[in-house]
Amino acid sequence: MAEPLLQVEGLVKRFGGIVATDQLSLEVRPGEVHAIIGPNGAGKTTLIAQLTGEIRPDSGHVRFLGRDITRLPMHRRSRLGLARSFQITSIFADFTALDNVALAVQAQAGHSFRFWRDARRESELRQPALAALTQVGLGARAGDPASSLSHGEHRQLEIAMALATRPKMLLLDEPMAGMGPEESSRLVEILRGFKGSFATLLVEHDMEAVFALADRITVLVYGRVIATGTPDQVRENAEVRQAYLGEEQRGAPSHG
Amino acid sequence: MKDTSLGQMLVAAAILLVLALLPIYAAVAAQPFYLTLFTRIVILAIAAASLNLILGYGGMVSFGHAVYIGIGGYTVGILAHYGINDGYIQWPLALAISALAALVIGALSLRTRGVYFIMITLAFSQMIFYVAAGLDEFGGDDGLTIYSRSQFGPPVDLNNKTAFYYICLVVLVLCLGITWRLVNSRFGMALQGSRSNDRRMRAIGFATYRYRLVGFVIAGTMCGLAGALLANHTDFISPAMMHWTRSGDLIFMVILGGMGSLFGPVVGAIAYLMLEELLSRVTEYWQIIFGPLLILVVLFAKGGIGGLLTGQRRG
Repeated sequence: MAEPLLQVEGLVKRFGGIVATDQLSLEVRPGEVHAIIGPNGAGKTTLIAQLTGEIRPDSGHVRFLGRDITRLPMHRRSRLGLARSFQITSIFADFTALDNVALAVQAQAGHSFRFWRDARRESELRQPALAALTQVGLGARAGDPASSLSHGEHRQLEIAMALATRPKMLLLDEPMAGMGPEESSRLVEILRGFKGSFATLLVEHDMEAVFALADRITVLVYGRVIATGTPDQVRENAEVRQAYLGEEQRGAPSHG
Repeated sequence: MKDTSLGQMLVAAAILLVLALLPIYAAVAAQPFYLTLFTRIVILAIAAASLNLILGYGGMVSFGHAVYIGIGGYTVGILAHYGINDGYIQWPLALAISALAALVIGALSLRTRGVYFIMITLAFSQMIFYVAAGLDEFGGDDGLTIYSRSQFGPPVDLNNKTAFYYICLVVLVLCLGITWRLVNSRFGMALQGSRSNDRRMRAIGFATYRYRLVGFVIAGTMCGLAGALLANHTDFISPAMMHWTRSGDLIFMVILGGMGSLFGPVVGAIAYLMLEELLSRVTEYWQIIFGPLLILVVLFAKGGIGGLLTGQRRG
């Protein structure tokens, strides 16, 4: 088995008396789609925030590419190749779609203390940006203001921005939230295309999407991992059924 | 947001044309007063343009921007007080000290956000205001008269009012040109991205604090130059140059003209100072008319007057 890309060990985060993350350990392997599921309040968003560096854990370690990044600030993690998309759409509304992605390319292209050349005419920024937009199916909307895009397109734009940072791993926090069935199946296809080129850690409520995409699934309840395995293993796991999926459900569970 | 629409270019060209021809009008109409008024307008337009860089493009609501007018002005005034009138010493020093002040103020202020940022920039400007008011050697509260303007040697003569006006105008055009290049460069994209969504900027790998700080220093330096010009224009410096209400005036000019558009601050400075001038002729209590007018612009013309002229509105 290849060295894990992301390694989480004994992570603990308390908010007052509440233990949001409880001795959590987890591994993401290169190129895999790893889904995290769990009922509301299971601590999924808290976990993502600790992986991106927005929240500091009380104890435990996060290793990325073998390096301890537990105390590394957000922008440094991104430079290492840990990209994320936000649960709440988080884009630059006054810029065009292409400007948004070009900014993400620029973030990876060394420092931005370049004061003279017109950044909108630099092909080393614009071309990779357009390629990423095309990859998520937004090529035709490159010149439109980001604020004019639909909800589903905002999510696609988010992912294009994450792609443009040339990630080794993509953290997706509920990318399907608020999407119609058509939009979300299009997104599933886009995400499926990433398999093998980089790892994806997916937090998602849409079970259909999770079971269609994930190579492995980790189930979180009250900040603890209660099961990790392939979709089939998780589906068959008695504890998971009891805690989360509901005993009466058979086969692929629906929305959780 | 790109500023390249045809309407905006036409407005910009019209403004520059009017400003360039103004001394001729003042001479023909035998109204030398207009030359004085517009010299002041052009100088404050430089200060407003510098504020626009951080406020309009960078989203930093600095409520102490006039302090750099004061620092630039005091540098020129104090040097003149000691008989150093060489402009090649005075002006670079005014720029350097303004830059240094902006570096210190910015380094501390930019660690805060929102209303705290507004308060801390205000606090710094008040602090420097009171320091200036306490400098008895340089007139304290009453200020200091400058007996000789900055000297650059022939052919540049700041004592010639028309020549001085054109020097100010050239400085304004240079500052606008620099701003234009800056905001469209990689640096400018980083600055605008951080106004739009700072958290997202950090998530994609930008150390935004540095870009904001450099923007803050550039704006402070540019404003210091306006201060050096203003001291030469009025032949006088006093703490009133950097009173917090002066900082408020600059914010109003930027909002009035249209935040984050290149020529907005110029439109704003012209509108603000012309209105002040005209209304104060009508009544002693001109602020009673002026205040509601500003409120109307803020409420109903989101892109400022510049936005109305070009038919564009900012969201």
